[in-house]
Amino acid sequence: MPSVVIIGAGPAGVRAAETLVRAGLRATVIDEAPSSGGQIYRRPPPSIVRDSKKVYGFEAARARSVHRAFDDLQEQIDYWPDSTVWSAQGRKLGVITKSGPRDAAWDRLILATGAMDRVIPFKGWTLPGVFTLGGAQVALKYQACAIGERPIFLGTGPLLYLVAYQYAAAGVKVAAVLDTATAGAKRRAFFGLISGGRTFLKGLYYLAWLRAHGIPVVSGARPVCAHAGPDGAVRELEWRDGHGSLHRTACDSIATGFGLNPETQIADLCDVPCVFDSGQRQWVPVQDSDGRAAVAGVYLAGDGAGIKGAAAAELSGERAAHALLHDLGHAGSAERIKTLNGRLRRFERFRRALDEKAFKFPADLAASADDDLMICRCEGITAGALRHAAREHGVAEINRAKAFTRVGMGRCQGRICGPAAGEILANSLGVSLEAVGRLRGQVPIKPVPMAAFLDGAVP
Amino acid sequence: MTGFDVAIIGGGLVGCSAALHLSRRDASVVLLERRHCGSQASGVNYGGVRQQGRDLAELPLARRSRRIWADLETLVGTDCEFEVTGHLKLARSEAEMAELEDYAERARDFDLTLEPLGPAQIRARFPWLGDAIVGGSFCAEDGHANPRLVAPALARAAVAAGADIREGAEVVGATHDGHIFELRLSDSTMLRARRLINAAGAWGSTVSTWFGEPVPEDVMAPNMCVTDPIPYFLAPNLGVCGGDIYVRQIRRGNVIFGGGVGVADRTQVKARPLAEITAQAVRLAVGLVPRLATAQVIRTWSGIEGVMPDGLPVIGPSETTPGILHAFGFSGHGFQLGPGVGAVLCELALDDATSTPIDPFRINRFSIDETSRQTIGPAANSRERPSDAVRRSSVS
Ligand SMILES: Cc1cc2nc3c(=O)[nH]c(=O)nc-3n(C[C@H](O)[C@H](O)[C@H](O)COP(=O)(O)OP(=O)(O)OC[C@H]3O[C@@H](n4cnc5c(N)ncnc54)[C@H](O)[C@@H]3O)c2cc1C
Ligand SMILES: Cc1cc2nc3c(=O)[nH]c(=O)nc-3n(C[C@H](O)[C@H](O)[C@H](O)COP(=O)(O)OP(=O)(O)OC[C@H]3O[C@@H](n4cnc5c(N)ncnc54)[C@H](O)[C@@H]3O)c2cc1C
Repeated sequence: MPSVVIIGAGPAGVRAAETLVRAGLRATVIDEAPSSGGQIYRRPPPSIVRDSKKVYGFEAARARSVHRAFDDLQEQIDYWPDSTVWSAQGRKLGVITKSGPRDAAWDRLILATGAMDRVIPFKGWTLPGVFTLGGAQVALKYQACAIGERPIFLGTGPLLYLVAYQYAAAGVKVAAVLDTATAGAKRRAFFGLISGGRTFLKGLYYLAWLRAHGIPVVSGARPVCAHAGPDGAVRELEWRDGHGSLHRTACDSIATGFGLNPETQIADLCDVPCVFDSGQRQWVPVQDSDGRAAVAGVYLAGDGAGIKGAAAAELSGERAAHALLHDLGHAGSAERIKTLNGRLRRFERFRRALDEKAFKFPADLAASADDDLMICRCEGITAGALRHAAREHGVAEINRAKAFTRVGMGRCQGRICGPAAGEILANSLGVSLEAVGRLRGQVPIKPVPMAAFLDGAVP
Repeated sequence: MTGFDVAIIGGGLVGCSAALHLSRRDASVVLLERRHCGSQASGVNYGGVRQQGRDLAELPLARRSRRIWADLETLVGTDCEFEVTGHLKLARSEAEMAELEDYAERARDFDLTLEPLGPAQIRARFPWLGDAIVGGSFCAEDGHANPRLVAPALARAAVAAGADIREGAEVVGATHDGHIFELRLSDSTMLRARRLINAAGAWGSTVSTWFGEPVPEDVMAPNMCVTDPIPYFLAPNLGVCGGDIYVRQIRRGNVIFGGGVGVADRTQVKARPLAEITAQAVRLAVGLVPRLATAQVIRTWSGIEGVMPDGLPVIGPSETTPGILHAFGFSGHGFQLGPGVGAVLCELALDDATSTPIDPFRINRFSIDETSRQTIGPAANSRERPSDAVRRSSVS
């Protein structure tokens, strides 16, 4: 039996594992979280007993279904929770588990690593009290606590409205929802959005709910500066509306995010090539129509292969498993892949309308950062330093910018600053974002404590 | 077709330093670099600027290079984060301590002052050292620098002094008609020059082979790691007898360490660290400095370095073709030497002589038999077993 490893126990990884088990294969499922569910269906720790309807809202049924599916597999898979894949070389993964480092060899590998918030730095974004949207949601879902008593939600994308709604519904006084996308863009995307069906309706519901509860929701907004109070934490956001008028809104926290970025580092280290998705303005691993990566034995699923959302992640997880089974000679998989592809195409149209039209990534906002704005907080690199490197040192590529300025060199490996750094570099060189390239993934995929290698013998 | 006094193949530290020194003496220089200046070994190395522990044959050159390091800021307009922190070489046994004392004695002939430290002294001065350390030797003049900055800074200064530096320009062949060298680039451009400097690093033997001078240059990929920033405490650049681990901390707090080798592929121009080597380097680093146990590794990397069987570089005129100067195969420790080598190459190119003794580095010191010839090929550094040369050569 080939050894099959799945990285990620979110909706994509869970459905992939389930499909393999049904076909009689035993897979190893590795996830750094303590329990399955991934980002969207993340489970609260056992110490916090909460009603799933409260944690997952409309998604409660789906969350229960994904959780149950995974729990039912326990006898037929090898599940490594609390385990971070830190290296990938050849057909061997380096994993840090609770009990120390461990290798996982694979003949077939399904990457279902999900996505991360996409951030655009603005003045004051490093103040205490400023969180990513995802971080704000994790606090609520996982720890049942809010980032503040009066948060502002700033950014764009469906997650902006969802998380604002989740906060407000949990009784938090949301100060404002500021969307950088314009109302016009959303109107123009309308027909594409309808293809989203239920998902689209939920979005409309969140918006209507926020409005009905008197929460200011503004389209076409631009952050100017987050100001600190006497305690050094964020106290007020200065922003402009679509007409250019300046506003100041009091707050004690800000949750910000501008869509998601796929986690592609492991794919990168497995030599899977990436292509530039000009609509989403991001790089995604190359796959064929059935989820096979361009590297033999590697399959891609879920948001890690391109942002399509949680429902699509379940489908592409199942599809990747079927592609794998098909390659092993299992009958019946080809037929099922066809069905899944049909269903996935619908999501495609909806996602394009959502991310490329309604909630377009505000590239100009990222590119127009003031020279003194810190872009890379791990290394303390400003937009001006990046522009200087482009101007004075002829830096024309993002990895070269990293070598010269240290941008993206810190512990987040450019996950946070990468998108904005790319926009700034491309803008100051007058070239496309694609032309400045992509930050290469490097081992470790996530920071590794030195102590992990010391066999417990910490001196 | 344009003609130059000197053409340089390779925009590493060596080539860029040569270009700067030559153009400061008004020679017309063209430098051809396949990728970017400093994108190979010179830009990704550990950053050790160390004289202590070098083969004595290298010391005169290292001394000369050290003087250029001291003037770097005047020369190129930036100090490249060069800091004179001292280099502390550690002994983990009495035998190693004796080795250090013996070396310190002999280094005196080269005017290099080393300070042997016994167990009590070393603990008093560097209380954060681990228990396994029985002593060490301190070289106050040594230190470290940011490798990513040095070669590009030299290149910029060379351009300002009049050099023609071409990046993205790969030399695919070269011939000599007895007077003039003719270089062919991958885009079919032809260039002519009276002199040719081979500063092609790990690809130096490829160039020397064009002129009927094959040498057994192996490759290695030193395995490098860096931690997240931790409070600054580790001032000196640390090394050990045997060279299996080396550690330094930069002011912003990150600790950089290396040990062992990853995988180098000279043909694909690719180098990768290896997870098991990283794990081993972590254990060795924590053994030297236990306080590092609380840090996190945030990045690992490697680079491609040319390695000669005796661990010494090839520097000097060709034996087959008058007008060629070779300077490659620095065997893991050419970062400190690079600036000095450029100065020496300049003298050799313009004056046909240098004041620095380089005879031990002559190209014809290897007898090429059939067995060593085989190691010239690509990927000679197989991932299972690094060659003897690679295992013997000290990095940093
Ligand atoms: C912070 C955040 C919040 C979101 N909230 C919502 C929401 O409320 N509603 C919604 O519709 N969509 C939400 N999304 C989008 C949603 O997460 C995805 O559409 C969906 O979860 C994708 O499923 P997936 O299986 O592809 O990835 P995920 O659910 O993200 O699962 C990926 C899994 O891989 C694991 N993993 C990644 N890298 C490693 C590694 N190196 N080692 C070990 N394990 C690893 C992660 O721990 C994670 O569990 C959110 C996304 C993010 C980033
Ligand atoms: C990971 C690592 C750690 C190290 N640590 C240290 C240290 O701490 N201290 C120390 O002193 N030394 C160290 N070294 C060694 C040091 O980096 C090298 O000896 C030194 O940089 C060599 O410089 P170079 O100019 O000869 O080679 P390189 O920097 O490799 O430059 C050669 C250049 O030639 C170019 N080239 C090759 N062929 C062609 C062609 N046909 N046409 C055009 N261009 C071509 C290449 O692209 C390359 O840029 C380390 C090396 C590595 C890899």
